[in-house]
Amino acid sequence: MSHHIVEVRGLEYVYPDGTPALRGVSFRIEHGESVGIVGANGAGKSTLLLQLNGCLLAKKGTVRIGDFPVTRETLPRIRRSVGTVFQDPNDQLFMPTVEEDVAFGPRNMRLPPDDVEQRVRRSLEAVNAVHLRPRPPYRLSGGEKRSAAIATALSMSPDILVMDEPTSGLDPQARRKLMDLLGRFTHTKIIASHDLDMILRLCPRTIILHQGSVIVDGPTASVLADRELLARSGLDLPLSLQVCPVCGKTAGMPPRNDG
Amino acid sequence: MVRIHAAVSDVGALDGLASQDSPIHRLDPRAKIAVTAMFLAAVVSFPKYEIAEMMPLFLYPAVLSAVGQVPAKTLLRYLLLASPFALLVGVFNPLLDREVVVHWGSWAVTGGWLSFFSILIRFVLTVSAALLLLACTGYVSVCAALNRFGAPRLLTMQFLMLYRFIFILSDEASRMVRAHGLRSGSGRKPTLRVWGSLAGHLLLRAYDRGLRVHAAMLARGFDGTLHPPRAFRWRWADSLFVAGCALFLALVRFGHVAERLGAWVLRVSG
Repeated sequence: MSHHIVEVRGLEYVYPDGTPALRGVSFRIEHGESVGIVGANGAGKSTLLLQLNGCLLAKKGTVRIGDFPVTRETLPRIRRSVGTVFQDPNDQLFMPTVEEDVAFGPRNMRLPPDDVEQRVRRSLEAVNAVHLRPRPPYRLSGGEKRSAAIATALSMSPDILVMDEPTSGLDPQARRKLMDLLGRFTHTKIIASHDLDMILRLCPRTIILHQGSVIVDGPTASVLADRELLARSGLDLPLSLQVCPVCGKTAGMPPRNDG
Repeated sequence: MVRIHAAVSDVGALDGLASQDSPIHRLDPRAKIAVTAMFLAAVVSFPKYEIAEMMPLFLYPAVLSAVGQVPAKTLLRYLLLASPFALLVGVFNPLLDREVVVHWGSWAVTGGWLSFFSILIRFVLTVSAALLLLACTGYVSVCAALNRFGAPRLLTMQFLMLYRFIFILSDEASRMVRAHGLRSGSGRKPTLRVWGSLAGHLLLRAYDRGLRVHAAMLARGFDGTLHPPRAFRWRWADSLFVAGCALFLALVRFGHVAERLGAWVLRVSG
């Protein structure tokens, strides 16, 4: 199942205005892994995610998805296997109804109408959003928009799910539901977020980016418990590992949900 | 701004209507576009003082909205929204063209007033035909059908994006105006300089947003081709619809239906 592997080697990227965003990033993510990508604002998380689906192409270094390097020629294949959920669902939902939005990817793959219908139904079922099907996206709540955005990525039947801040802007209940949902997915998952508690629960492995470089890549349990390392990267301990201001105890590691 | 925002969100109601199922909705989008185009051509081809002969054309929107389950109230609301444009176009006619053209009883009607009403009638007919096309077909299908008719893909993509961005831009604009309102004291309107800055920011934000939406589209395999929700299939019902409407339009345009109907009514009653 080599097509689920993500391999990044010596990746560098400089924005057209001269701002360096990534400096020599390397890692390899195996089939079925869930990896958290964390870092302060401007650390290069979003830029890195855009490299994984070829929305940005490497200036130096390589990105490989399975057996294929991400180049202009391989883009259609890459985008079929990498499902991306963007930070702002408003960017992702651009069709008049949720149904048409979820069908957008499968239709671009030129699937027959029956297959498109099946994929729309299954993707909406997977995110518990069948009832949103006829609704226009701009009338949905934040949580509903997020579910619909995830369904649009799922409908492409991706091997790898790449998500940028999936829990941002959600209320606590919606956040919990989303975490339960993501925990059930068996895809290879790459999640960039500031929500360290979510990373702690969903991702056994964490990569910390700082000023465009990987400064640590290791097991989440030890990486996110290292207060000094986190402070150096502009981060703080996950709330569940901080001392409770009321009782003086820590909640400790949450039960991990590896999917 | 709140009112603009409300009006723009109203536009979304057409999408809801487009997802209904009716004999009109089931017609091939190309048939509906062809008939709408013929209808518009028929309406604008009448001479400028004509009013009575155009009246039978109201049958078309009436039947379409009844069969297509488009509430007249919704249509009227949109017509009202667009009416200032038509009023602006025709409002000077009564002042400029003061020559008396007809006498209705003791009332001398000038050419200006006649052409003004003629413009209003044309406005109601054309705009409701276009609205009905959208409400019974859906925006994406209309764009895809225009493609099939040979409209440049770039143009139809712009239509599609424009439609999507209306909502996002109005959201963005209303947030900016609210933020300005909260910091500018009660009820003070933005100065020209502030307006300039607001508009500039809106443009830049829209540009950034455009790039992000484009990335999201590419990520889902978009290659510049629009795929309509229902596959195009021309059936005999479509041919019948086009032929029937063409016949009706030809009859109204060249057959003096209103005049003959009037003469017939007079003869029967007299």
